[in-house]
Amino acid sequence: MALATFKGGVHPPDKKELAKNEPIKEAKSPQRVLIPLSQHLGAPCKSIVSIGQEVKKGEMIGEAGGFVSAPVHSSVSGKVIAIGDFPNAMGKMVTSIVIENDGKEEWTNIKDNPDYIKLSPEELKEKIKAAGIVGMGGAAFPTLVKLSPPKEKPIDTVIINGAECEPYLTADYRLMIEKPKEIIEGLKILMKVLNVNKGFVGIEDNKPDAVQKMKEAAKNEPNIEVLALEVKYPQGAEKMLIRAVTGREVPPRGLPMDVSVVVQNVGTALAVYEAARYGKPLIERVVTVTGEGINRPANLMVKVGTLVSDLIEQCGGLKNTAGKVISGGPMMGFALSSLDTPVTKGTSGILALPEEGIAHAEDFGPCIRCGRCIDICAMGLMPSMLSILSERGFYEDAKEYNLFDCFECGSCAFVCPSKRPIVQLIRLAKSLVKP
Amino acid sequence: MADTKKEHELIVTVSPHIKDEETTSRIMWSVNLSLLPAVLMGAYFFGPKAVFTMALSIISAVLSEYIYQKALNKKVAINDGSAFLTGLLLGMNLPASVPFYIPIIGSAVAIVITKQLFGGLGFNVFNPALIGRAFLLISFPKLMTIWTQPDAAFVYLDAKTTATPLGILKEEGISKLIEIFGDKMNLYVELLKGHRAGSIGETSAIALLIGAAFLLYKRYITWHIPVSFLGTATLIAYIFGGKSAETGKMILFAGDPVLHLISGGLILGAFFMATDYVTCPSVKKGQILFGIGCGFLTMLIRIKGGFPEGVMFAILIMNCFAPLIDRGFKSRVFGAVKIKESKK
Repeated sequence: MALATFKGGVHPPDKKELAKNEPIKEAKSPQRVLIPLSQHLGAPCKSIVSIGQEVKKGEMIGEAGGFVSAPVHSSVSGKVIAIGDFPNAMGKMVTSIVIENDGKEEWTNIKDNPDYIKLSPEELKEKIKAAGIVGMGGAAFPTLVKLSPPKEKPIDTVIINGAECEPYLTADYRLMIEKPKEIIEGLKILMKVLNVNKGFVGIEDNKPDAVQKMKEAAKNEPNIEVLALEVKYPQGAEKMLIRAVTGREVPPRGLPMDVSVVVQNVGTALAVYEAARYGKPLIERVVTVTGEGINRPANLMVKVGTLVSDLIEQCGGLKNTAGKVISGGPMMGFALSSLDTPVTKGTSGILALPEEGIAHAEDFGPCIRCGRCIDICAMGLMPSMLSILSERGFYEDAKEYNLFDCFECGSCAFVCPSKRPIVQLIRLAKSLVKP
Repeated sequence: MADTKKEHELIVTVSPHIKDEETTSRIMWSVNLSLLPAVLMGAYFFGPKAVFTMALSIISAVLSEYIYQKALNKKVAINDGSAFLTGLLLGMNLPASVPFYIPIIGSAVAIVITKQLFGGLGFNVFNPALIGRAFLLISFPKLMTIWTQPDAAFVYLDAKTTATPLGILKEEGISKLIEIFGDKMNLYVELLKGHRAGSIGETSAIALLIGAAFLLYKRYITWHIPVSFLGTATLIAYIFGGKSAETGKMILFAGDPVLHLISGGLILGAFFMATDYVTCPSVKKGQILFGIGCGFLTMLIRIKGGFPEGVMFAILIMNCFAPLIDRGFKSRVFGAVKIKESKK
């Protein structure tokens, strides 16, 4: 039987073997953490601590700044030594709190509640909200918002995204291998909160052992199905995943809830479980430190706020050949201009690519209209036309070619034989016109 | 820390950070390579004169591109193989007997007027090699229709001339062709091999098909244009291509499609010229319409027009429609149809 998938897509070399077999290890607790108050889509948090204040591990330091927002917590115990603006992975200045680690790892009150599944949906939601959980696949959309659909949008399916279609990254893979039971529990909690009795876990077929582990963990759950998906980028994009798993297509510019689906990442499911059972806030996550430019690739459990430079040092430093350090995967991640950038809730990987082989954008040629980008665009767009229109300044015209349906997965720029910076041109157009 | 990278040396660019190995020049040179079998067969049948003509055409094309780009202070891009390809295709579309200035003029027109004046690679509306050939056919109609008999080519100086199979078909009918080639089977075999009068690179159907198979295998071209082009031509040739031997009047459903497919420039045109990325539609559905149009116009010219061959004009006319076809066949946005359904 053909594996479930979507139309279009590309096959970049997956390079997962670099870090695939490295079990998740606790990263060294850093001397100080730099915790941005905006780690998610939506309103930034408001600081509720002052300089000099002692905080415990797991203590809330920033409260949610609105409905589409999520609180942040201290990932270490220690003293607040600075509050100010620091650049995040995209180079944008974000108000952040610096905490000096006292090394005691003193928790705020964390209690094990093995009967968590008996909690009411409202109580569970409250726990998820308090834990500051956001989507951990990269976009960092506050989870609570996804779990609070408006009445006219009933939800009937929850999908756990284990596709991890970005090359190099293995964080979700390791979680599925090492904590399959907990992920399934997380899914059950999500299903309970949304009052849904159909749950799926979608995993790309290049991780057969993960599929196996998850299937075992879910074998007593008649409502949960673990599906192997075709290996194809961007299989893990929400809309593509929903298409592959349920056959439903999210309408243009629509949201998963428009087709009655909620998608959550593997890491998010784990965080939901830990929040529901222990009341543990989201203060650490698995980060894959990998790439040909790093000496010792690893999967690390990292405290939010740890600097990228600390992680790289722990992994043996950068090789001399390294040319680019990326936060996230090679298809959609952000190239870092400074290594003193903190890991946030959405950082799935730190990737060091060798200088050789990096396509420099200034070398691009004219569009030869080969149509490759049109054939592979998962959204059914015409990236070639969008890039030409943007290049010539016809930004308004680009809207006729569905400019705002592009979610910038980068497949078009990947296949372009003229090496055109299609995504960059599309972003430019998006920033200059209103939807 | 001597052996580690310093932070200020890091490269910062927009995602995606990895790119496929395919490049424009690799595609162009691969297409050039795929034409090699047909070039070799052309050289074999039409001799040194054919090689000379093709070489001149290529040199003139590359040189025209170089001079234009130098003169206008543009980046010289002759290494991308596209000018070479234009020169090669033009050379393959010429009779072997043309004087030396023909390929030179043709390539200059193809590169400077058709390609560069429209903005260079990617911006030309028409297939440059075909405009070059059309220009030559109109400017030097006599020279462009002197067809060397393939065997005589090795006798270089006193090459005999003859009409092309399509010319004979048009003027004297299929019975004359069979008379010349002995029997029908022999006619097909000779045509497949390319042992016939015609443009240097168009005659050997087998050699061209080998090249086309390579392009299809490497996915540099897809089936859409060749199949719709050749399919339409086959259908029309079968329905309207038959002629009464006595009266010369059209007999329906009596045509010989195989003869039409392999006796002119259809194979070369359908696989190598109509599929030119720049001048054909980019959307697959549009490509099918484009191919049907090419096939229809080719057969219209062959059966009803004044010229025995119609591939060149058919592709050039369809080139005009390519942008319009792309507009009409905009790809379907993910999820778009579902909205319509739910509204119903």
